[in-house]
Amino acid sequence: MMEIRTPKTGKAKRVLEKRAPKLVETGKKTLILHGTKTSATLSSVLMELYRLKKGGAIRYSRRNENIRPFESGGETSLEFFSQKTDCSIFVYGSHTKKRPDNLVLGRMYDHQVYDLIEVGIENFKSLLAFSYDKKFAPHEGSKPFICFTGEGFENVPELKHLKEVLTDLFRGEVVDNLNLTGLDRAYVCSAISPTKVFLTHCALKLKKSGSIVPRMELVEVGPSMDLVIRRNRLPNDSLMKEAMRTSKDKPKKKVKNVDQDAVLGKTGKIYMPDQKLGDMKLLDKSKGLKRERKEAKLKHKEETVSKKMKESSE
Amino acid sequence: MDTEMETEQIYQVDVGNLLAFNPNHRFSSAPSSRGELVKEILTEGTKLVQEIANKLFNFPSTETNDGPIVQLPPPTTKLPREKHIPRPKPPTKWEEFALKKGIQKRKKEKVVWDEQTNQFKRRHGYDRVNDDNDVPIIEAKESDEPGVDPFAKRLDDKKKRVGKQEKNRLQNLKAAEKAGALPSHVQLAATSLPISGTKAQPKKIGKDELGDVAGLAATSTASGGKFDKKLPGEKPPKKQGKHHKYLPVVSGRGDVNAEKEQTNNVLSKIFSKHSHEILNVGKAINMYNVKKEKKKSGRSDKLKPKKDITKKPANKAK
Repeated sequence: MMEIRTPKTGKAKRVLEKRAPKLVETGKKTLILHGTKTSATLSSVLMELYRLKKGGAIRYSRRNENIRPFESGGETSLEFFSQKTDCSIFVYGSHTKKRPDNLVLGRMYDHQVYDLIEVGIENFKSLLAFSYDKKFAPHEGSKPFICFTGEGFENVPELKHLKEVLTDLFRGEVVDNLNLTGLDRAYVCSAISPTKVFLTHCALKLKKSGSIVPRMELVEVGPSMDLVIRRNRLPNDSLMKEAMRTSKDKPKKKVKNVDQDAVLGKTGKIYMPDQKLGDMKLLDKSKGLKRERKEAKLKHKEETVSKKMKESSE
Repeated sequence: MDTEMETEQIYQVDVGNLLAFNPNHRFSSAPSSRGELVKEILTEGTKLVQEIANKLFNFPSTETNDGPIVQLPPPTTKLPREKHIPRPKPPTKWEEFALKKGIQKRKKEKVVWDEQTNQFKRRHGYDRVNDDNDVPIIEAKESDEPGVDPFAKRLDDKKKRVGKQEKNRLQNLKAAEKAGALPSHVQLAATSLPISGTKAQPKKIGKDELGDVAGLAATSTASGGKFDKKLPGEKPPKKQGKHHKYLPVVSGRGDVNAEKEQTNNVLSKIFSKHSHEILNVGKAINMYNVKKEKKKSGRSDKLKPKKDITKKPANKAK
């Protein structure tokens, strides 16, 4: 026996429609959580990452005991959370003796784990440790510049994977129109060795230069850390192929009021509002707008102008 | 895109993502102090950001109140989707039929002319045209049976039609679910059938009850549920293994003699110490007697008619 269940409120319906798969996707939400033990550095990393991604991230504050992303049964909790919160990137932090200050960045496809990369955090410098002029502090939710430097990102497969995951994490929404005054942050990632990446968050200062293009200046504001690559898991080929598939057709935009007629061609209707003839305003009979007054004013102006000219010529 | 320097540096720029990649820079393997490394990284970063900005600010921009707005090109780096591409919905039974017969959809007017009241009435809703409930007189036909209420029959017919439509809708949705194209606001839930004979729905079993039942099933196995296959993510049962109750041995914890008696009974059974207790004397006597009587009579009692001692033997007369 099956029962059809539909949402009874408009709000519930809108939430469900937001979570449905779409042709063109909007930004991915991030889920930030931690395991049984976290160190001080790790908890501040997770907190600051949450602040950087404020609009599109959800942070779980309780510890989760049975999450082991790299083991076959340990991902069920993550998949459940992903389904509940509609997040497709997760950042899972844990601290063990074998893997201190461990961060697992993972992505989901259809709420199933797609790929994982595990990094260790070293030399972490918090937001609060940086001093700068607060005028240049980046605004929440602004679209960032992302820069990668180093040949490691091209040659080493793990770093290539990390580059992709970091782009996905920091990218935010894909937009058509961008306001140039709203550019105020940049993430700079450099591969300083085949296993280490230095990541920092900077604010942008746009300075006057000779041309339309302002001169950019980076000021370190945000957290900076060294990421040491530990383990990673790439997606299997079939899943990757399916996830990378983009549909060629654009979403159909409903055009209203346009009809094609064989005789007249393209037609549309103009809808006139109801003309309440009884209430219409006929004439503005106020004294100031009377024609005689307007003409008299104009005449007076001409006379004074000609008078002035005569006086000046004399 | 090419910036000529001593070493030819070509940056890979993706303006749609505001992303820039410099694949040619090599950091010195013997790092100078950390501060210098950071400085170097920032200068490289600045160059990349400048590169993106050069492209960005040269796009045609439109001025608005908030600032210049620029049309960004679509991003070039391919990143995986978060959900699958929406699948096409399979045509419903009616749609298939209409396709086969060539029936076109016709747009219906919201307001229809009503002949009876000579005014425009809406097609659906309050005070509608041709409302089924408002018919005052139903004329009797020859095919009508006497004693059948035609108004009640109308209501009944309507109920049947609505029920049929609901059933068809369910079938269509099931087909859509099978194809993976269920509309986002619809959920198909399996409900349990009502208890036969009543209209009562069976009680919903909660998480704890289910756990208890699963535990019961586990302990009924030979190994007490220790090696049962578990679903991924299932929690281990609360009390695993067989449950034994061991009587206290230490005098402080209860009756010590009970445990002693228990083990003594077991031992005596094994060694047959009190053999008279093992032997059921009453039963043994009965068996012996029966055997003796059988031997005496020579044949089984069932076939022989029972000897009546009150009757005297026939040859005693004269």
